[in-house]
Amino acid sequence: MNRPLIRTALRAGEPAPAVAELPAKLRVRHLNFYYGAYQALHDITLDIPANRVTAFIGPSGCGKSTLLRSFNRMYSLYPDQHAEGEVLLDSVNIIELARDLPLIRAKIGMVFQKPTPFPMSIYDNIAFGVRLFERLSKRQMDERVEWALTRAALWPEVRAKLEQSGDSLSGGQQQRLCIARCIAIKPEVLLLDEPCSALDPISTARIEELITELKNDYTVVLVTHNMQQAARVSDYTAYMYLGQLIEYGDTDTIFIKPQSKQTEDYITGRFG
Amino acid sequence: MSAVLPISESARTDEVAARSPRHGSWGDALFENLTRLFALLVFALLAAILISLVIGSELTLQKYGLGFLWSAQWDPVQENFGALVPIYGTLVTSLIAMLIGVPVSFGIALFLTELSPTWLKRPLGTAIELLAAIPSIIYGMWGLFVFAPLFQAHVQPALIESLGSVPGLGRLFAGPPLGIGMLTAGLILSIMVIPFIAAVMRDVFELVPPLLKESAYALGATTWEVMWRVVLPYTKVGVVGGIMLGLGRALGETMAVTFVIGNAYQLAASLMAPGNSIASALANEFTEAVGDVYFSALIELGLLLFLITTIVLAFSKLLLMRLARHEGART
Repeated sequence: MNRPLIRTALRAGEPAPAVAELPAKLRVRHLNFYYGAYQALHDITLDIPANRVTAFIGPSGCGKSTLLRSFNRMYSLYPDQHAEGEVLLDSVNIIELARDLPLIRAKIGMVFQKPTPFPMSIYDNIAFGVRLFERLSKRQMDERVEWALTRAALWPEVRAKLEQSGDSLSGGQQQRLCIARCIAIKPEVLLLDEPCSALDPISTARIEELITELKNDYTVVLVTHNMQQAARVSDYTAYMYLGQLIEYGDTDTIFIKPQSKQTEDYITGRFG
Repeated sequence: MSAVLPISESARTDEVAARSPRHGSWGDALFENLTRLFALLVFALLAAILISLVIGSELTLQKYGLGFLWSAQWDPVQENFGALVPIYGTLVTSLIAMLIGVPVSFGIALFLTELSPTWLKRPLGTAIELLAAIPSIIYGMWGLFVFAPLFQAHVQPALIESLGSVPGLGRLFAGPPLGIGMLTAGLILSIMVIPFIAAVMRDVFELVPPLLKESAYALGATTWEVMWRVVLPYTKVGVVGGIMLGLGRALGETMAVTFVIGNAYQLAASLMAPGNSIASALANEFTEAVGDVYFSALIELGLLLFLITTIVLAFSKLLLMRLARHEGART
C-alpha cells in the first residue's frame, strides 16, 4: 500500500504551478480562531490563488469549515466566537473590519451544507440579494435572474416556473438555486461549505461540473469531506488536522505524493 | 442474507403471539374511540355554546333583528337596546392594542433572538413569560390607580395639544383629558397582549434554521433585512397565530378593560372619551339586568363577541392563504 488509491483529474501531465507563483485572491496570515476559550485554528497561513478551486480537507472537527467561515466573517453572528490575525482580500483585512460587513459579504459569496432556499419564489430568491445592493429596472432584473440561473445550470429547468416557491425544487436544484443566488450579486470569491453533503450522486456530479466552470470567473474555496471530490474538482488542496494546516499544495501532489506522513495516512484511509 | 430474514420474522410473530392478541386490539380500539370522542367533544361544546347563546337572545333577536347591530341606544329604563357602542369599543380598543402591541412584540422578539447578549436572553425571556402570567385584574387596578392618573396628567394634554389640532386626525384626540377612556383601555390591552405575542414570536423565530439566516447574512443582508425579508416570511404562520392569540385576548378581555374604559354608552369619535366594550358591559350589567329584554340583550352581546372572534379567526386564515399565494405555489 505504498501508492495512494485516489486518482486525481491529472491534467494531461501538465504540472500545476506552485501556489506561490499565482496571484493570490485571499491571503491568510497567522490566523487563530477561538470558540470561547477553545482554540479551533492555530496560526494558519496560506494563500488562496485567484481563479482556481482550492479544497480544504481533513477529518471532522479539524477546523476546515471554521477557516472558511472566517473568510466572510460569518462567525461574527455569534458573540462567543472570535478570530485574530489577518485574512486579506485585496489588501483589506477582513478580520479587523468593524463596519461594512455586508459589503464584504457581497464580495464573498457562500453556499452551505444544505440547500437553503428562502421562503419566496424562485425569481425572488435570486432577486433578493441583488435588491440589497442595486436598483435595477424590471427588465434588468429579469436579465440578471436569467443570467445567474443560466450560469448555475438551472435556467432550462426553472424558466417556466419562476413564480413557484423555491421549496418546490429538488435538493440538487435547490443547491444550484443557492449557487445562482450567490452569483447574482457578482461576488469575487465563492465559498462552498460541503455543498454536496446532502445531495445524491447525480446532483453532486452536476454541482462538481458547475464548480469547474465557475473557476473561470471566480475564486472558489471548497470544504469537503469527500476526498474523491477534492481530487476531482480542486486545483489546490489543503489538508488540516486539529486546527493546524498540515500540508498545502497542488492537488496532484497532495494526492499522489504527499510530503507529510499524516496527509498520506488520511488520504489512503489508514486514519480518519 | 435471504436466510436470515424468515428466521427473524418468525421470531417476531412468536413474540407478538406471546402477548395476548385480544387484549392488544381491544385496547387499541378503546383508545382510538376515546380520543375520537374527545375530539368530537370540541364540536359539541362549540355547538352547545352557540345554540344556548342564540336561544338566550331570542327575545332581542326577534324584537330588533339586525337593527341591534347599528343602534347606539342603550336604555334599560325604556328597554331600548342597541349594540353599536360596545361593538365599536371592543373593536377600537383591540385595534389600538394591536397597533402598539404587534410592532413592540416584533422588536422584543427580534432583540431576544438576534441582538441580545447571551446573559440577558434568559432573564428577559422569563420576565416576558411572567408578564403574561399576571392576572388581568391586577392590570386593571394598576391601570385605574397608577397608569390613568399619570396618563391624564402628562400624556393626554400633550396629545390633545399636538395632535388635537391636526385636521382629520385631530378628532381622535379631542376632548378633556379624563385619564380613563378607550385610548387608556387600548394601551392597557397592548401591555397585556405584548407578552403573549412576543413569546410566540420569539419561539417561532428560534425555530428558524441557523443556515437559512446565515445564507441571508452571507449575501450581505443586514440584521433588519434578514428578519424582515427572510425570517418573518419563513415564520408567518406562527407569527399570525401569535397575533391572533393576542387579538383573541384583547377582544375578550374583561376585567382590565372594565376598570379603565369608563363604561359609558356614548359614541364618540375621540379616543379620549369613555366608551364601553362587549365584555365589560356583560361583566358590569348582568347583576342589574332585571327585565327579560335587558337580559336577552346582554346574551346577544355575548353572541356577537363570539361571532366577532370567529370572523377574526376566519380572516386570519384567509390572510395566510393569500400570503402563501404571494410566496408562490408549492407543487
